[in-house]
Order: sequence, then structure tokens, then C-alpha cells
Amino acid sequence: MTDKKMVEALIFSKPESLTDVPTHYCPGCTHGVAHRLIAETIDEMGMRENTVGVAPVGCSVFAYNYFNMDFAEAAHGRAPAMATGFKRVNPDMNVFTYQGDGDLASIGAAEILHAAGRGEMITVIFINNAIYGMTGGQMAPTTLPGQKTTSSPLGRDIESHGFPLKMCEILSQLDGSAYIVRRSLHDPANIRKAKKAIRQAFEVQRQGLGFSMVELLSNCPTNWKMTAEDSLEWIEENMIPYFPLGDFKVHPAIAKSKKG
Amino acid sequence: MQTEIIISGFGGQGALFAGQLLAYTGLDNGMHVTWFPSYGPEMRGGTAHCVVIISDDEIGAPIVKNPAAVIVMNIPSLDKYESLVRQGGVLVVNSSLVDRNPKRDDIQVVLIPANEIAEELGNQRLANLVLLGALLERLDVLSIEQVGEGLKGHIPAHRRNLLEANIEALIRGAELSKEQLEPA
Amino acid sequence: MAKELLKGNVAFAEAAVRAGCEAYYGYPITPQTEALEHMAKRMPELGRVFLQAESEVAAINMVYGAACAGVRVMSSSSSPGVSLMMEGLSYIAGSEVPVVLVDIMRGGPGLGNIAPSQGDYNQIVKGGGHGDYRIITLAPATIQEIIDLTYEAFDIAEKYRAIVVILADGSIGQMMEPAELPPMQEVRKREDRAEWSLTGAKGRDPRVITSIYIDPAEEEVFNLHLVEKQKKIEANEVRFSSLLLEDAEIAIVAYGTAGRIAQSSVKQARDEGIKVGLLRPISLYPFPYDEIGKVADQVKRILVVEMSGGQMLDDVRLAVNGKVPVDFYGRMGGMVPLPDEVFEQIQELNQKANA
Repeated sequence: MTDKKMVEALIFSKPESLTDVPTHYCPGCTHGVAHRLIAETIDEMGMRENTVGVAPVGCSVFAYNYFNMDFAEAAHGRAPAMATGFKRVNPDMNVFTYQGDGDLASIGAAEILHAAGRGEMITVIFINNAIYGMTGGQMAPTTLPGQKTTSSPLGRDIESHGFPLKMCEILSQLDGSAYIVRRSLHDPANIRKAKKAIRQAFEVQRQGLGFSMVELLSNCPTNWKMTAEDSLEWIEENMIPYFPLGDFKVHPAIAKSKKG
Repeated sequence: MQTEIIISGFGGQGALFAGQLLAYTGLDNGMHVTWFPSYGPEMRGGTAHCVVIISDDEIGAPIVKNPAAVIVMNIPSLDKYESLVRQGGVLVVNSSLVDRNPKRDDIQVVLIPANEIAEELGNQRLANLVLLGALLERLDVLSIEQVGEGLKGHIPAHRRNLLEANIEALIRGAELSKEQLEPA
Repeated sequence: MAKELLKGNVAFAEAAVRAGCEAYYGYPITPQTEALEHMAKRMPELGRVFLQAESEVAAINMVYGAACAGVRVMSSSSSPGVSLMMEGLSYIAGSEVPVVLVDIMRGGPGLGNIAPSQGDYNQIVKGGGHGDYRIITLAPATIQEIIDLTYEAFDIAEKYRAIVVILADGSIGQMMEPAELPPMQEVRKREDRAEWSLTGAKGRDPRVITSIYIDPAEEEVFNLHLVEKQKKIEANEVRFSSLLLEDAEIAIVAYGTAGRIAQSSVKQARDEGIKVGLLRPISLYPFPYDEIGKVADQVKRILVVEMSGGQMLDDVRLAVNGKVPVDFYGRMGGMVPLPDEVFEQIQELNQKANA
């Protein structure tokens, strides 16, 4: 042994559940954060080799390029149905969908509602950024009243377009849902909470307690037409008041383990 | 040789079962058969009919314009099928529920008060087999004995207690049908 | 095994069970509902999956999900329900996962009615969903045939990693006929699932099943791959049956229920000394173009009979390629042509042919 060897300590690395591929997401977008939280959690739970993800149509349509695990690509809004079909023939596998607000709350409203109602043992990661990103910034079912988009150029007029859908509030009413929570990705403290929630959601699935969903309030600096930093503030100032963070439903078995 | 039989009545009168019984019996006796039901949205009280074809050769069309025989269990069925029975064919009418006589004189018409007879036998629901017995007496396709055997093989388990009564209904129908053949 | 008197809907569902179908996802719709009901009882009995979906849209996407797992999976529906499945079918075709679907056609368009019809020919045979793809389409005329074709459909779907649709009408779904069921196959063992199926990336690279090719050049390569596959299907999977064509001067082309009705009419006409025969396509895609072309070389006239306004008619015309006149007789809206009606058409044609 030489006495002057440098000691190298690995303090940060890419989760095994992520591929080494640069994402196509816009700079400052929180999709990357959400991907990483999911990947870290799957790594920590040792489930990468037993997981199948279902990608949506939307900005995250290429999610399967970034997750280092088996993946299927669904039609717009149909991920919960596809995940249902898959999970029913592989009840021992970990199955999750990754869906945006247009995918989940608009075109796929029926599929998400019934997957939750049936208590499908799948986990849904719901990215709510109040806008259609991929098609270039149109109004989403979660676009806030007054929010300007390319299809609501004067701001969402509730007289004409109605109100945003609050999916956690809706789905938590269903007997089949076991874990329904809303978190935000706008700052490190909230990101840490989001990761804990994702862990709980997968835990709910692992224990076969029912349907689980984590809604993540996210940004879209490009289509919101702001800097990344401003967009994070916008989440805090505008989205959280309308979409309050919190636990809308937590299965008693999980609530108990949380305390203990 | 191919024989087409239509059985028509209200839903719940057992028209479809009587037809299935014929089809099963035909199959049991090595013949080609088809059973084609009406499948309207009505469950009870609506019209229900089926076409049964029994043949010693492969069956093409499962439907027919002019059947060899028709059992009508109510007035709408008589109105619909009287004119369609093939010349020289058989029309069996449930006279308990049909208050007009058929007008055709180029076919055999058999009038059977099936509901009254079924009641005499102890169960209203036997009317379908009374009528079927009456038809078989006039049609050279399957015998009462063969259909009786078919019944033994295919009566649903929960109706097995009615087997004897069903066979009795077939026989009573056949007897009445035969009586009507005798010159008055 | 002895013949049993079986209802079409129950018969094809049981045939699928015996083909080792591991999951069924569906939605009630007349006139195919007995199939769903049979599966609701049978599949759990065997420890397999039955699930009534919230819609046909969801049902076909559940089928898609299970197909990605490499298991034998199916759905069944009827015309309006099948319309709702078109999106899913396009994705399935674009992902090349094997799927079996039974369409028990009814009168349309719109809500139409529940009576037998052949109005979905174009929807199924010519596409229906978006994009360049074809569906292997098999059209049974008897209960035995719907059993045999459904049983085999799973093998064909897997052989080509393609969709096989059994296209029948309400009368085949609803009627009873003696038929023999095939032997029971167990469901596929997990370790025997196909090398493309999603089983978890354990000790191997991840697998992705997708229908997206964002680069047009790549999409075209995929499209060309599908075209190559179609050529194989067209070379291997043409099926038809023929009756009394050897000396025929008139040929009828009809499929499914219209085919068996025409069969009665042909026999009736033969009794009258009219030289008529029948070609009944069993595979509608691939279509028996060559065989009908050969018939056209021999006969004076061709009559197409359908329970539609004339959808297969276009394919017959392509096959005949102007060699002889092609006439058409169709009933629509759930009306089923009677053998006598077709017989009259034959008589009329016979006069024209020998005028």
C-alpha cells in the first residue's frame, strides 16, 4: 500500500432504474425530477427487474427511453386500462403508469376513474402542470381559472370552459382507492415529501391494498412562458392554492406503518 | 329431406325451449339441426320465436320463408305466420289464447286449448309441450317417444322434477291432435 | 368427442378457453353478450382472468396490456362496440402484439339494431383504425367453423404477431347447431412467453413495446416491415370453400351467413338444372383474389350476396378485374336474405347469361 493514495467516495450517482440517456425535456422542467424520484424509489425497493411502466401520450411519451426497465406505450389516456390488463395477468409484478393532466384528467378520465373504482393494484404518477405541453400550450382540464393558454388566449373563462378537475379529490371518494395524495416539485423540501409519497404508493401496491396515485404539481416554463425559477414560484403562488397539497386518502395499513 | 318448424309466442311461454328440445332430439338421432332464435330486447312478455330446421343433409340457410310447420301460442304469432306456412304444412294453434280460427284451408290446422290442458296436468308452463306433442303427431320428423327421450337427456336440472309431467303433456297433445284427425 | 348443440357465442368463447386464452376483457353488447357471460363463469373457474371493462375503449386497451405480457388474450363485441375499439386496434397493430377479437356484427350505422348484418366488412377488412395496417379476418358460416377458427386464431395471431378478427354476424352468435369442441390446452407457462414480451428486465436489457416512430424514415421502415409481413399472410393464409363450381356458368360469392344461405339457393337452382356454384371466402383478409379470378375465367356471370350494401363487392370486382359482369344482391339493416330471394336472383342471372 502506498501512503499517498487518493480516497474516492461516490456520493451521488444515477439510479440503476434510469438509463444514461439525456432527456428531451425542456430545461427547467420537473419531469426529470419526477423520473428520478420514481427511479430512486424502485431501486431502493429492489423492484427494477419486476416492474413494468406504462408511458402516456404527452411530453413524457418517451419516458421509456429514460427508465431502465420494461415499458409499454399506451394510447392517449388509456394507460390505466393497459396497466389493468397487464397487472391482472401478472399480479406479482409492480406496475405503474406515468400520466400528464391531459392524458389522465381529460381524454383518460373514464379509464382512471374505473381503474381507481375497481381498486386496481397499480400505481399512478400524475404530473399536473395545468397545461398541454407537447402540443404547445393548450388548455388542460387542470388549467386554472384565468390562466392564459393558446386555446384560452384571454384566460380560462369558467363561464365557457368550466372549472378545473381536482383529481385527488375525485378519486379519493372511491372505495377502490387506497392511497391518493398530492405533492409538489417546486422546492427541495417538497421534492423530498414527493419521494416519500411515491414510496408509500408502491408500498400500497406491493401490499395489495388497492389503487394508489401520487399527483405531482409540476411546471412548464416553456408554455407558461417564464423562466424556470419563476415557474416554480408560480406553482407555489397559483397552483397550490387551487390544488392544495395533502393526503386525500391513506389506507389504514399504511397510515399505521407511517406512525410506527 | 328437410323440415322447418317455427315456434312462436310471448316470452316466457317456452317457445324457445320447445324448439331447443326438438333440436336436441334431432341431434341425438343423428340428424343435422339448427335452432335460430329471435333475440329481441324483450325478456318476458315480448315476442319470442325460433326456427328449428331438422334435416338428413347439411343445412344451408338457418332461416326459411315458408316453414313446413308452425306452432303459434298467441294472436300476434298467428297473424304473422298463418300466411307463411307451406302449402300442405301444419299450423298448431294454442286456442286457449287465440280467439279466432285460422282462414287457410290448404294446410292442416290443429286447435289445442293448451293452457287448459296444461292446468289439468297441474302446471300452466306445460302448454308448450302440449302443443309440441300435437305438432309431432302430424309431422313426420321425430316421434313422441324420441322427443320424450330427448327431454330426459336435456331437461335442465332444476326442472327435472317436472320430467314426467312434461312427457305426459307431449302425449296429451298428441292424443288431442289425433282425435281432431278422426272424422267428426 | 361427441357433438353438442352449442350456441355460437358460447361456442367461440369456449373454443378460446380451450385454446389456452388466459385473459378476456369485454363489455356487454347484444348480440354477443353470451360470450362475455360464458367467460365470466369459465375463466375464474380455471383460475384465469375475466374482467368486465368500463367500455370497449378500455376493454381493447386491457387486451393490449395483457398482450404485451405475452399471454393469450381476447375480447369480443358487436359493431358499435368494435367501432370504439378501432383506436386500440391501431395501436396493437403498430405494436405487433398478438390479439384475437370476435365481432358479432349487427345492423347499423349508428345504434342501428341487434339483428344480423355484415356491415362491418369495410371497418374490419379495410382498416377502421388509423394508419397502414391490416387485420387477418376470418369469417365463419357455421358454429363448428367459428369454434375451429377461434381456436386457431390464437396460433395465427402469434405466428404473425398480428390481430386476428373473427367476423361473424348476429345469427351465428345466436343460433344453435351441433358442433364438436377442441381439446383443452393449458395456458402458456410464464417461462415460455415470447422473447419480446414484458416480463421484467431481470438479467437482460429492458424491453419496450410501443407504436411510436417519431422519425418518418424509421416509421417507414416499420411500415415496410408490416408490408412484408402482409405478403407472407397473403401467401399463406387464404381460405375459402367452394361448392359445385366445376361446371358452373354462374358463380355466387358470399361469406358467412350469406354464404350458407346462398348454399341453399345453389342447391335449389341445381335442382332446376341451373349450372351455378358457390365460392365462400373464409379469410376476408387475405382475400381469395386469385381463386375468384380463376372462377371468373370459367363462368359467365358472378353474383355477390351480402348482408350489406355491397362491401365485399369491391374486392370481388378487383378479383374479377372486368372479365365478366359482377352483379350484387344485398339486404341491409339486419334483414337476412331468404334462400328464395337469392334463388330468384340466380334465375334472373341465368336468363341473362344464356340470352
